[in-house]
Amino acid sequence: MRTIYKLTLLTLALVFLMGATGCAPQQAAAGPVTIHILTMDQAGLKPAEIDQIARDFEAKNPDIKVSMEYLGYDFIHDKITTGMAANPPAYDAAMIDVIWPDEFIKAGYLLDVTDRVTPEMKDGIFPASWNGVTRNGKIYGMPWLMDVKYFMYNKDMLEKAGISEPPKTWEELVDQAKTIKEQGIVEFPIVWSWNQKEGVVCDYAVLLYGNGGSFVDANGKPAFNDEKGVQALTWMKQTIDDGLTNPSSVSSDENAVRDNFMAGQSAFAVNWLFQYSDSNDASKSKIVGQAAFAPMPVFQAGADAGVKGSSVDGSSSFAIMATTPYPDQTWKFLAYLASNEVQTKYSAEMLPIWKADFEGQKLEELKAATPTNPVTVPAFLEQFPFANERPTVAYYNEASAALQLAIQEALTGVKSPQDALDAAAAKWVELAGQ
Amino acid sequence: MAINLTKRRPTLRQQEARIAWLLLAPSLLIILGVTLWPVISTFFLSFFHVPTGINQVRTFVGFANYLEMLRDRLFWETIGRTLYFTVVSVGLELILGLAIAQLIHSRPWGWQFLRFSLIIPWAVPTIVNGAMWRWIYSADFGALNGLLMQLGLIKHYVPWLTLPNMAMNLVIVADIWHTMPFVALVLQAALAGLPEDLDEAAAVDGANAFQRFWQIRLPLLRPAILVALIVRTVDAFRVFDIVYIITSGGPAYKTLTITYLTYLNSFAFGKQGIGAALSFLISAFTIVMAFIYIRFLYRPEET
Amino acid sequence: MSYRKIVRKLFLFLLTLPVFFFIFFPLLWLFSASLSNQVELFSVPIHWIPEHPTFQNYLDIFFPSLAASSVPRTFATALLNSIKIASAVTFICILVGSLAAYALTRIPFRFNRSIQLGIIATRMIPEVSLVLPLFIIASSLHLINRPIVLIITYMSFALPYAIWLMAAYFQTVPIELEDAARLDGCSRLGILFRVVMPISVPGLVSTAMFVFLLAWDEFFYALIFTSTLAAKTVPVAIAEFVGRYVVNINGMMAGGILAAVPPVLVALIFQRYIVRGMTAGAVKG
Repeated sequence: MRTIYKLTLLTLALVFLMGATGCAPQQAAAGPVTIHILTMDQAGLKPAEIDQIARDFEAKNPDIKVSMEYLGYDFIHDKITTGMAANPPAYDAAMIDVIWPDEFIKAGYLLDVTDRVTPEMKDGIFPASWNGVTRNGKIYGMPWLMDVKYFMYNKDMLEKAGISEPPKTWEELVDQAKTIKEQGIVEFPIVWSWNQKEGVVCDYAVLLYGNGGSFVDANGKPAFNDEKGVQALTWMKQTIDDGLTNPSSVSSDENAVRDNFMAGQSAFAVNWLFQYSDSNDASKSKIVGQAAFAPMPVFQAGADAGVKGSSVDGSSSFAIMATTPYPDQTWKFLAYLASNEVQTKYSAEMLPIWKADFEGQKLEELKAATPTNPVTVPAFLEQFPFANERPTVAYYNEASAALQLAIQEALTGVKSPQDALDAAAAKWVELAGQ
Repeated sequence: MAINLTKRRPTLRQQEARIAWLLLAPSLLIILGVTLWPVISTFFLSFFHVPTGINQVRTFVGFANYLEMLRDRLFWETIGRTLYFTVVSVGLELILGLAIAQLIHSRPWGWQFLRFSLIIPWAVPTIVNGAMWRWIYSADFGALNGLLMQLGLIKHYVPWLTLPNMAMNLVIVADIWHTMPFVALVLQAALAGLPEDLDEAAAVDGANAFQRFWQIRLPLLRPAILVALIVRTVDAFRVFDIVYIITSGGPAYKTLTITYLTYLNSFAFGKQGIGAALSFLISAFTIVMAFIYIRFLYRPEET
Repeated sequence: MSYRKIVRKLFLFLLTLPVFFFIFFPLLWLFSASLSNQVELFSVPIHWIPEHPTFQNYLDIFFPSLAASSVPRTFATALLNSIKIASAVTFICILVGSLAAYALTRIPFRFNRSIQLGIIATRMIPEVSLVLPLFIIASSLHLINRPIVLIITYMSFALPYAIWLMAAYFQTVPIELEDAARLDGCSRLGILFRVVMPISVPGLVSTAMFVFLLAWDEFFYALIFTSTLAAKTVPVAIAEFVGRYVVNINGMMAGGILAAVPPVLVALIFQRYIVRGMTAGAVKG
């Protein structure tokens, strides 16, 4: 009998031992509140800079400590959903992509902050940014980073090919690409992020709307499988078949596109803003000084139908998690992040969200703030108004997955563009009905 | 009370059993403690429709989740793909492993270094393996393209990971690089343990090297082969990490495996009921494998 | 005669060459990439050996204050975490698992077979399935982001694995030794600790090796359960080299080499035991 007790005690001791190993002491006894913020490790502000903002905030608010966590985009969504399974939630606030609010609001993750937004904020920040976080008149987050897809080209290559101006339509692009290819300047003049991730839907959005199409019609039914959508997808495949689009695009994400463009392997690359500054970074890029912006082309058919420009919105914002025990402190921090003071200070790294910064004297200052701003700021002002949104539905992730699959199937020749898009449309209808 | 075994007590078996339980207690405590609740929880979850979110209402749907999966074409395609991965991967590992095991066994020059080197790919973490192969397969800058190009085997760089029919095979190669050494080493150790005399007798009788291998050594290796086979089959069927890193299931879901599908449902799509049902379908398959394992392995051994 | 023998040896040696190539080509490429800077990495045609080799990638990892991105900074900590966690898991598994393995192999009792089946069955469940329930439990116990949570959750697959391996090994210990000890008056526990364990040291060591590698390799649980430096492990750190806009392939390769070093070292040091362990498990089952 005694042996049983001995062994039981041993086991319990082991369990406690397990508890003691690797136990980091919990934060000190009640004192400052610590809020946990999850954010993307991305271009815009570097983690070191965001850390600095956090420290500045803590200096001004001694009773709040900010713990920032940085993760790659691919992991953020999963981390948020698992984090919310816990009580209290693992994060008090998180950076959310423009395509997530509907899903998260339906799941009850996001805190309604309509009453916390001051009129000053409401009027001073771009309406388009507020749209990204407002649903049914309620605001669920604080805008943070505005980003759209830009059309960038290598001006040296165009010059060498004898092309004087960047293309205004996708059809012109094909002609220019053919010229560049025939002259042997690069083998595959165009590169895209068409791998089976969200990026391909972004690119498709640009082309779809540029053709006068749209994701859903006025009744909310899928419209991307109509002739305009099919044309856009067929065009995509055609450029690969014609040897103009780099076939590796089908397995490339935005980073791979940037790598390709930076290495001088392409003449035209559609990508987010970060590609421009990376292209001018001598430690990484072979094409320093050669990258240039042009307004995103549209299809001739789209132009005829009155489409003046087309891009896709890839902004992100900060949202407070609904079950956080510290909504006030968290809001304080978010407001600080968005404050004009902080935004202007770091306007060199990241375009500010305040309209005033883009007007008059401030605009000039903004343009002069960094070597790249004189180019990027006008490009932003030019392209941003044409940013299209992807469908704002709660089941977006699954819908997007169906569309990603369809596009990939068409691009790899597994299905015809019409069949592939029809299947995706059917899935969207099914999801809407659930 | 010390347990005294020298006196034959009628309750010997009971005392033995008590000791067995004592020895097993800590392990069972840990294993059950960690897995019991999650398994039960997941099991129950599979019978509900579980919308993501806080304070969501769970509706009991009976077997609907299972039926939905069994009726879904993607599910069956994925099972097919996963089986393809399993069979090809394990098959190749077995053949290559056997060949290399025999090679080592034949003691060529540098055989010790060979055995030593085999451990390295196996010790490299799966994630590193995946990242490394992804870079090797890179369409624009990868080593595979570079090598084939310089050998004159291809004229243009090939976008390997975008080819729907090649992608899975490439993932298999990456997986084999990592796990074949395990099979090779197991089989080599088994070979080393085989009695020499049978082999020598056969040689004296005039059997050539091939015959000796095929008819004498191979049958004796059967237990070892079976172990390697079963372990690798179960692991291959549940493959996830390497697909996550190299292809994320693409292109066009051509490398989507059943565990990855479960992950997508549970995490990306927020359909936990379906994810739970899928988990049990996977577990069912692998438990069947476990039964096969027990049945084959606990046969009376022939010497 | 000896001419034939030499030809045969030569032939066999030639056969080993493709195997060596298969093993080392990727590794050498990995190593070469880790010594490159970003511009060289993206060269066409390919630079097999970097023209401007640099140790900068490694320096970034070891001297993080100089690094541009946050990820290299955290890598060294992740390395330490992995070592801590894998070691703890191994230690507990051997300690606790060896007892269980012995009971299952040598002591006949009613539930012996069922427990064996049950233990093997737990290993069959994919990690993905158990993550969410485990996460909920772990967070309610405030264990998230601490190494302890990984140590505990890893038990779910490491312990059954360890038990199975050690059971296979114990079966190869000649029963005569145990019978002799019993005749000498040894209690069951005495046999275990004084006879079986000492003989089984190679088997225990090889199991420890397997378990260490298993724990080191684990990715998914680590990804979900940890994020802050307190507990992040190496596989997660590697995956994080692919941030949204920050893809640092040469850094990732350097990290990859470093991530592979401890397990490879451990494997190489204990390789004698692995081979022996495998024999036992394989032949006798």
